[in-house]
Amino acid sequence: MGAGHAHRLYRHGHSPVHTLPPHTKLAATFAFVVVVVSTPREAMWAFGLYALLLAVVAHRARVPAGFLLKRLLIEVPFVAFAVLMPFVAEGERVDVLGLSLSVNGLWGAWNVLAKGTLGVAASVLLAATTELRALLLGLQRLRLPPLLVQIASFMIRYGDLITDEMRRMRIARESRGFEARGVRHWGVLAKSAGALFIRSYERGERVHLAMVSRGYAGSMPVIDEVTATRAQWSYAFALPVAALVVCMVGWIL
Amino acid sequence: MHVPDGFINAPTSAAAGVVAAGAIAVSLRGARRELDERTAPLAGLVAAFIFAVQMLNFPVAAGTSGHLLGGALAAILVGPFTGVLCVSVVLLMQGILFADGGLTALGVNITVMACVTTVVAYTVFRGLVKVLPHTRRSVTVASFTAALLSVPGAALAFTLIYWIGGTTDIAIGKVATAMVGVHVLIGIGEAVITALTVGAVIAVRPDLVHGARGLGQRLQLRVNGELVDAPPAEKARTAPAAARTSRRTLWLTGLVTSLVLAGFVSFYASADPDGLEKVAADKGIDAKVEDHAAADSPLADYGVKDVQNARLSGGLAGVIGVGVTVVAGSTVFWAVRRRRTDAVSPASTSV
Repeated sequence: MGAGHAHRLYRHGHSPVHTLPPHTKLAATFAFVVVVVSTPREAMWAFGLYALLLAVVAHRARVPAGFLLKRLLIEVPFVAFAVLMPFVAEGERVDVLGLSLSVNGLWGAWNVLAKGTLGVAASVLLAATTELRALLLGLQRLRLPPLLVQIASFMIRYGDLITDEMRRMRIARESRGFEARGVRHWGVLAKSAGALFIRSYERGERVHLAMVSRGYAGSMPVIDEVTATRAQWSYAFALPVAALVVCMVGWIL
Repeated sequence: MHVPDGFINAPTSAAAGVVAAGAIAVSLRGARRELDERTAPLAGLVAAFIFAVQMLNFPVAAGTSGHLLGGALAAILVGPFTGVLCVSVVLLMQGILFADGGLTALGVNITVMACVTTVVAYTVFRGLVKVLPHTRRSVTVASFTAALLSVPGAALAFTLIYWIGGTTDIAIGKVATAMVGVHVLIGIGEAVITALTVGAVIAVRPDLVHGARGLGQRLQLRVNGELVDAPPAEKARTAPAAARTSRRTLWLTGLVTSLVLAGFVSFYASADPDGLEKVAADKGIDAKVEDHAAADSPLADYGVKDVQNARLSGGLAGVIGVGVTVVAGSTVFWAVRRRRTDAVSPASTSV
């Protein structure tokens, strides 16, 4: 086994944030993002405070800033979209550096950038401090339909395996001198995708048979029931409650 | 493609979340019917496949490349319900783990990319497979068309959501043109890849392609040098299924017909659609007619506000109208039937 047992998105640690029960963290992250989204966009200082709150959490979780910033790169496509907004939006116009920009579009771009970045940062922190398995347990604990959680757990468990299978197929293609350069080579790639589907589906059938032979009858046994004390809940909800206070002040001012 | 936080306002995101939750609940029941107790492992592995295949790069030209979105492919390969589930799970995991798509926008993402794509693709696919001759080539043609239409369909659905709850007021016509324009191009790529992939699977394991069920040749026996149809096995089991399919076919055909009529044929309809209105206008009866309470609604007078092109506007309004009507009608029907079964079931289920 070459890789570690944990997913590469997870940073191993023993900080107070790591040891919180997963469902409290999930609920807290979701509540935080909801609060951020419902903040009025004119209250620019509020978003600064939110970023500060997240920085405090990252510090408590001992997640380095470089790691967080690198993972934020995922939103680059939306930055491009947000940059376009001031040019195409309607309404009153303002001249900035010789460009005619829409005031409304500028606010819209700011809105998407600020809220999107905070949302991404919150989910990155969640994924960095919670193991995959714990996340799934947390989802189950939050009363997501058990079948959906099972499907998600199979996807997580076999996702890397199927991706690796695809990588081996690519190496096999390349070692036979194939290089995809344009539309004409799509047929070969699509055949690979088809073969990958058949392999995945057949693996699913084998997994099911293996499960049936071990007594599976439609539902997974719950072995480790995660529970949270009142103190843990209040510790996790310190973040969204602080954000809620900021949001309220933002609406009043 | 993934919508981030803050793009759609909070009430609309919540409404989309409710729609997505409903769709997932329906799909969970449907998937159990499609796959029974094998649902969890098979749907999980197919979700993993969709997740992996989204990373397979298809070079277009000059260094650019695209990848598959997978909604249409999932619907055709494993059926609409399982397809919705797989794509939803992929989106859920991408949102939580990879921060790809906002957590509050999860409802919007699932509604647009999982539900609309899959439903449009499967509806088109089944419709075409029924109409076209039963050959492998027609499956390829059907999957090409299904994938081609599913991507702009999702773009239109996104435009609709943006129009209801977008946080920046960009003219809706502009958004629709840009979204549909770009996504028609993406759709062509998606269509080619989907058709080729479905073709590759059909060539090896035709039994795995959910959408192509019933295309298999009947078993024939050679008796005294002549080909004779073998007697069909398990006739008792297939009979009720056939009855159900035919009702569903009827429903789908009706839906497709009304969409086509509302969306396209209405371009060429008369400008005086309603005889009564025409007469009233001629005779001056309508001088006192007050504006309808919904005259300010976005769909007033069978046109979509802000869409300049009159034909496009009328067609769009027609399609939206049919959609709303079908959803409302089906809800009522479903509720009535459910109440009826509820009234009956206690006696039969109390074991």
